[in-house]
Amino acid sequence: MANFEKANSFNQWMDQRLGVNTIKKVMQTEYWIPKNINFLWAMGMILAATFGLLLISGIFLLMYYKPDVNLAFDSVNYIIMSEVGYGWLWRHVHGVAASVVFLVIYIHMFTGIYYGSYKKGRELIWLSGMLLFVTFSAEAFSGYMLPWGQMSYWAGMVITNLFSGGSLEAYGLVEWIRGDYVPGDAFLTRFFMLHVLLLPLAIIGLIVLHFGTLRLPHVNNQDGEEIDYEEAAELYKSGNHKDSKVIPFSPVFLSKDIFVMGVYFILFFYLVFYNFQFAMDPVNFDPADGLKTPAHIYPEWYFLWSYEILRPFSKDLGLVAFGIAQVIFFALPFLDRSPNVAPASKRGLFHIWFWLMLLDILVLTFMGKLPPTDALFANIGLVAALTFFALWIALPIITKLEKKL
Amino acid sequence: MNKELKIFGVVTFFTLFLYWGVEPFAHSQMHKHVESHGFTYDGTADIKEAEAKLAAAKESGNKVEKAEATAKAKKEFWANVVKISKLKGDPVAGEAGFAMCAGCHMDGAMNMGGVIPPSLNHAGSLYDKNYLIALIKNPAMAGNVDHKYKDTSMHPMGSVSSMITTDQDVANVVAYLKANKAGELTTKEAFTEACERCHAMRYAKTTQLGDTPKFKYKKDELKHQVKILEEQDLVKAYMGKLPPDLSIIIRARSEHFLETFVENPQSQLAGTSMPRVGLSHEGYEKVKEYLTEIGDPSKPAREAIGPWVILFFIIFTGLAFLWKKEKWNGHH
Amino acid sequence: MSSRRDFMGYALGGFTAVGGIAALYAMKRSWDPLPSVKAAGFTTIDVSSAQPNVLNVEKWRGKPIFVLKKTADMKADDRDVIVGSDRFHVSIGLCTHLGCIPAYKPDDHKFLCACHGGEFDASGHEIFGPPPSPLEIPPFRVDGTTIVLGEAGPDFKKMLDAGLTV
Repeated sequence: MANFEKANSFNQWMDQRLGVNTIKKVMQTEYWIPKNINFLWAMGMILAATFGLLLISGIFLLMYYKPDVNLAFDSVNYIIMSEVGYGWLWRHVHGVAASVVFLVIYIHMFTGIYYGSYKKGRELIWLSGMLLFVTFSAEAFSGYMLPWGQMSYWAGMVITNLFSGGSLEAYGLVEWIRGDYVPGDAFLTRFFMLHVLLLPLAIIGLIVLHFGTLRLPHVNNQDGEEIDYEEAAELYKSGNHKDSKVIPFSPVFLSKDIFVMGVYFILFFYLVFYNFQFAMDPVNFDPADGLKTPAHIYPEWYFLWSYEILRPFSKDLGLVAFGIAQVIFFALPFLDRSPNVAPASKRGLFHIWFWLMLLDILVLTFMGKLPPTDALFANIGLVAALTFFALWIALPIITKLEKKL
Repeated sequence: MNKELKIFGVVTFFTLFLYWGVEPFAHSQMHKHVESHGFTYDGTADIKEAEAKLAAAKESGNKVEKAEATAKAKKEFWANVVKISKLKGDPVAGEAGFAMCAGCHMDGAMNMGGVIPPSLNHAGSLYDKNYLIALIKNPAMAGNVDHKYKDTSMHPMGSVSSMITTDQDVANVVAYLKANKAGELTTKEAFTEACERCHAMRYAKTTQLGDTPKFKYKKDELKHQVKILEEQDLVKAYMGKLPPDLSIIIRARSEHFLETFVENPQSQLAGTSMPRVGLSHEGYEKVKEYLTEIGDPSKPAREAIGPWVILFFIIFTGLAFLWKKEKWNGHH
Repeated sequence: MSSRRDFMGYALGGFTAVGGIAALYAMKRSWDPLPSVKAAGFTTIDVSSAQPNVLNVEKWRGKPIFVLKKTADMKADDRDVIVGSDRFHVSIGLCTHLGCIPAYKPDDHKFLCACHGGEFDASGHEIFGPPPSPLEIPPFRVDGTTIVLGEAGPDFKKMLDAGLTV
């Protein structure tokens, strides 16, 4: 057994047993972050904070929610919204956070794409981030089932039908997923399990992995500059804060994160209290009815772009296109053949590629919500879907041609 | 710093653009525009609808005569209503006419031809004058549901025109309602009198049979349940389907939809069997207030707490900015 | 590190704690019994048709309530609830030992708890076995021929003051 001296303070007592001072050094005061960054580097902490809000509000919703097709709707809309003290607050926070978290995820992703933060040792950051995106999507979808309104039911119907695989007609698989011929009690209960247990566990694990992948390659910076961290850290520790290229995570980087978070929370709670309809679709305030499809049926806004890629093609082709769109972003670090880690503005054709991709996804998103019956919108959707694939095919070519900086 | 503001501007622009695309723009494309008439009733909308149908019929060459007759009947009917509304009604003379109404519209009334005749205790303040005139003249036309009846006198209330016959009689009864049945009413009374004969509201524990009492014994509770189901079957037989429970309709539909739908159901849902309710502006406000109390009970709490939470985060952000400034001191 | 720098950190931390307390309050409220549960905390029992020496068990706040109309020859007690000219024994039907429900033996005029053999007389006093105290009397108010449970009326308050129940 190690030799323990009598501790003179609580901190020392803890340090002897848990090494808290080392942990503090490794995780905070000597976890070096480049100084040359902007507020977009705070999105990770904002996502963590939003996940925290989802977790807390979710715990309180879980206390009164009833995963039963006969009780679910009223347990949410009556018990939680009218009876439980501040139940409405948890529901609004949960609903708005579930929507806004995707906005921040998309900003976080496009920041990574713009600054090339998925290359040269940072591939795993990107891949674990994409896994988080997919798991969050599944979490959002399973959560959307729970109020058991019209949109819950019909989204459940349509999305599970995707697994029939078009002409494969694998309806056995669809029924297996549902545990029923249509979304019913078994379906609701298993998606409830996924939403409150399995997927959150996976998300928490992936968040740890995502943080872990950051450690060795370090966070990227605004110019994609390679920094000698040891030298910069020595300079910082010697007291030359001005010339060192790095700052410690805590408290210097964190202080900026918290300021950005403050700005974000002003917007967030404005939405929670005054503008929540966008995240809580009115159609879902009609109870689920398996014999009546709502006049307009569309996914939540964050799924619209991939939904639109499914729509303009024939059944089988649409499914293939949809499938590719779901996973193609995973391949980004390998399809980008350029060795340059630099902001898109310095990368010639890739700069154009970036803005086209962003615009194309916006157009797909807009068209995804509009009724497919309008020929003009359907054609715009088709062009945007084709552009999406054209951009991915062009990516390795234009990046191969890119000059080395 | 300037660069950061520029980036912030770009992110803000795309976020707002995205919001515009999936919310206001998408909704403007998904829902047809329906004009509100501010709860006044002179048949403008009905005549327009009939004329549109006539134009469609002419195009297809199908049932042109019938469409022509409908359009003509509507024009004449509403012209007559407007004419009657200009007559000076005598409330004292109207009392005798109202006695005929009270034969069916009484407390504890049973289902008659589809629904339980609603109480008229506050009809004078709940309903618009023109609508009341139209209703007495021809209930099916007034409700814009004449398409449901081969002959509009087949409306469950159709016989009223044989009881209150002259235009002056109609004006008198309406004057009586406006003078004697126009007291202040609670939001709940507004809902009960205007909507409840068809629509239940389970979050308020009320149905087509009124408030559901508490029962000590399961047996009595089930008996009452059966009575409700029987009443709902009658309403269903009359309306084609059971009109929806309105517990949280206030959150399930937009404000504009509810307003225009109540004003003229055909405008939002062509062919629906729901008749126009005929609420006056004040009457609608009362009903809406009740729908909000039951369907969106957290609204007052939201409005009370919201500003404080936002103020909290504004101060929080201010303090965080000062703290950040201190921490970054000497770093640039 | 200047003291001003520390001050800003503490100011931010303190302000955040204020928000945290507000959030904790909301969380506390979410754990409270629902209004519908509280509203159901009042039960009205009509005793006008009660039969003497027949135990009637009602439910109040999820617990069994003993209502026993005493016959003329049963001993009167300070704990009796007087409704009109009748005397009633009203108590929460849970043994004060470990919370089982005692059964009434009409021939012996006593309650017998099956769990550990505790016995109470028809006025709820413990007469045998482990029960440490008499059966508890729920807050009540006599209203005509009914007893309203959940509301502390004058008769109940008198009993409470006299230490006849807790």
